Amino acid sequence: MNIIVCVKQIPDPETPASSFRVDEAAKKVIPAQGIAPVVNPYDPQATEAALRLRDADGGGKITVISLGPESARDAIKHALAMGADEGVLLNDPSFAGIDNFQTAVALSKAIEKVGEYDLILMGRASADWDMGVVPAGVGQILGLPVVTVAKAIEKNDGSLKVERVLDDGFQTVEVPTPAIVSISNEFGEPRYPQLRQIMLAAKKTVQIWSAADIGVGADEVGAANSWLPLEALYVPKVVSNVEIIEGDTPEEKARTLAQKLRAAKLI
Amino acid sequence: MPGILVIAETNEDGVAPISFELLGAARELSGQGAGDVAALIAGSEAQAKELLAHGADSVYTANGTLAGQPADALLPAAEAALQQSGADVVLMGQTSLGRDLGPALAFRLKTGVSMDTVELKLEGGRLRATRSAYGGNARAEHTWKSNPQVVTLKAKSYDPLEADAGRSGNVTAIDAAGESKVKVLGTEKAESTGIRLEDAAIVIAGGRGLGDASAFESLEQLAKSLPNAAVGASRAACDLGWYPPALQVGLTGKTVSPNLYVAIAISGASQHMAGMAGSKNIVSINKDADSNMVKVSKFAIIDDYKKVLPALIEAVKKLS
Ligand SMILES: Cc1cc2nc3c(=O)[nH]c(=O)nc-3n(C[C@H](O)[C@H](O)[C@H](O)COP(=O)(O)OP(=O)(O)OC[C@H]3O[C@@H](n4cnc5c(N)ncnc54)[C@H](O)[C@@H]3O)c2cc1C
Ligand SMILES: Nc1ncnc2c1ncn2[C@@H]1O[C@H](COP(=O)(O)O)[C@@H](O)[C@H]1O
Repeated sequence: MNIIVCVKQIPDPETPASSFRVDEAAKKVIPAQGIAPVVNPYDPQATEAALRLRDADGGGKITVISLGPESARDAIKHALAMGADEGVLLNDPSFAGIDNFQTAVALSKAIEKVGEYDLILMGRASADWDMGVVPAGVGQILGLPVVTVAKAIEKNDGSLKVERVLDDGFQTVEVPTPAIVSISNEFGEPRYPQLRQIMLAAKKTVQIWSAADIGVGADEVGAANSWLPLEALYVPKVVSNVEIIEGDTPEEKARTLAQKLRAAKLI
Repeated sequence: MPGILVIAETNEDGVAPISFELLGAARELSGQGAGDVAALIAGSEAQAKELLAHGADSVYTANGTLAGQPADALLPAAEAALQQSGADVVLMGQTSLGRDLGPALAFRLKTGVSMDTVELKLEGGRLRATRSAYGGNARAEHTWKSNPQVVTLKAKSYDPLEADAGRSGNVTAIDAAGESKVKVLGTEKAESTGIRLEDAAIVIAGGRGLGDASAFESLEQLAKSLPNAAVGASRAACDLGWYPPALQVGLTGKTVSPNLYVAIAISGASQHMAGMAGSKNIVSINKDADSNMVKVSKFAIIDDYKKVLPALIEAVKKLS
């Protein structure tokens, strides 16, 4: 079973609000001092799903694709160290300021260039823009069925059985391959690459494809051609008016809180 | 005046509440000059009338069997309604359906979609959408390069209008139905006891700092001694298997805006805040006075919840 996994490098989504800064004029996030970018947290889970499917199936190739700056090679290396086979970095100066929609276009072209695949795995959303549109987008562009927010995948003959998380429960669906599946955090923890695997991964190839290599024109990418132009980016203001409940013992504080809540007619 | 198309949804109880919130938002935009409000529902004539009463000017009905099907089954009906209404704005909910249908429709029509949108306004006849990004650490405002301007709206961002049974309008059946390659084998509802988290006036929420699953029993006990209260959890607590994911509050969980939100051992990461920042009053019980949740609270107890909670349950019981 040949699987393509799409992984994105993003600023650490657990960056505390106190370290998070925006350059409002440039409409860009200012990288937080000392906090390195990470792989979008859902994407290693997509890689984990790919590894388990390949191993259950007894063979096949896992190709990892990332569109991003030169540093996004680290996101690919991470997937390779987990056990994926090959990597492709989509890197081009024209990709600066690329939006999620244009990313779907570029990824679709790269996926076609990779060629043979039975399954494309992605994360449910990237935790920078929190949009969750690329899986559906690639599905529309390539004419493939899409199953989103998956917590488990099982392969049968020519089809997959996927368990999805819904707003109010779970759903089991069946989808013929080739298909796109996006993975959610309910899938569980991905494996952590061991030192030996990290060394092995260093020998695996990462190709670099430019916009021209995948046939993406300069008028298809960049902020000036955005499908959903960004007009403003800022940090919302939070005002603190907290009243810390005083008391000699935790029990006393609890009683005071109950009284204050009653006085404020909140309970 | 091109107008707005609202994609309404149903659940086992009838028209889903998000539909009325969408109509509330649509009427506001209509008031700013966005044109008439059409709605599409995979449902009955009676449900269509409910949409009219809540603010739709006209309704398209698609076959009720499409409800609960994968989004691509509804795609042709959405496209037909869009064409017939001439709308250049499409509003749907950030729900299991909207999460899929929004981007599918947008890419099919080669236009953008603003996901999980919290605010909309019309500027020079074009839509401007506000949404949170970077897990809630940032706000972003967007416009669209082309039409239609597709939006998924975050729950509780707009208030529904009072129903007015006197409102009337055309109801037109659309018989476009799509085939999805995705076949639904089964759907399992999350167990729900008592009142829905989204509807509760009081939410008692627990986080990783609780230390174990059994602590949620105390949270449930507190909720039981209060009127109209429900229990929720942070993702950290859900990921640890302490509480069901359907009761997770936050960016990737439920959006709640109760009158009172009691956060017990929750730090207040931006992604959690994204689901409860609309709460009218927040109370924290946390060991850490510097935590984000404490900062946004009205009242906070800085102490070990294990000592505070039993006393709080007692004190609350004595009040009533
Ligand atoms: C893409 C993405 C999406 C996410 N979506 C969500 C989401 O929808 N919902 C969500 O909740 N999170 C979400 N998260 C996770 C989020 O970033 C945080 O990791 C999570 O909310 C932390 O949960 P917590 O506050 O329970 O745990 P922690 O951050 O570990 O906080 C535990 C708190 O408990 C306090 N504490 C510890 N012991 C005690 C004690 N004995 N008594 C009192 N207080 C105590 C600590 O002081 C601390 O404040 C998401 C993350 C990402 C990257
Ligand atoms: N630049 C990128 N490179 C590789 N994969 C991406 C990129 N952007 C998005 N994806 C994939 O699409 C998923 C959803 O992202 P998004 O739609 O941007 O929220 C991610 O989890 C990735 O699997």
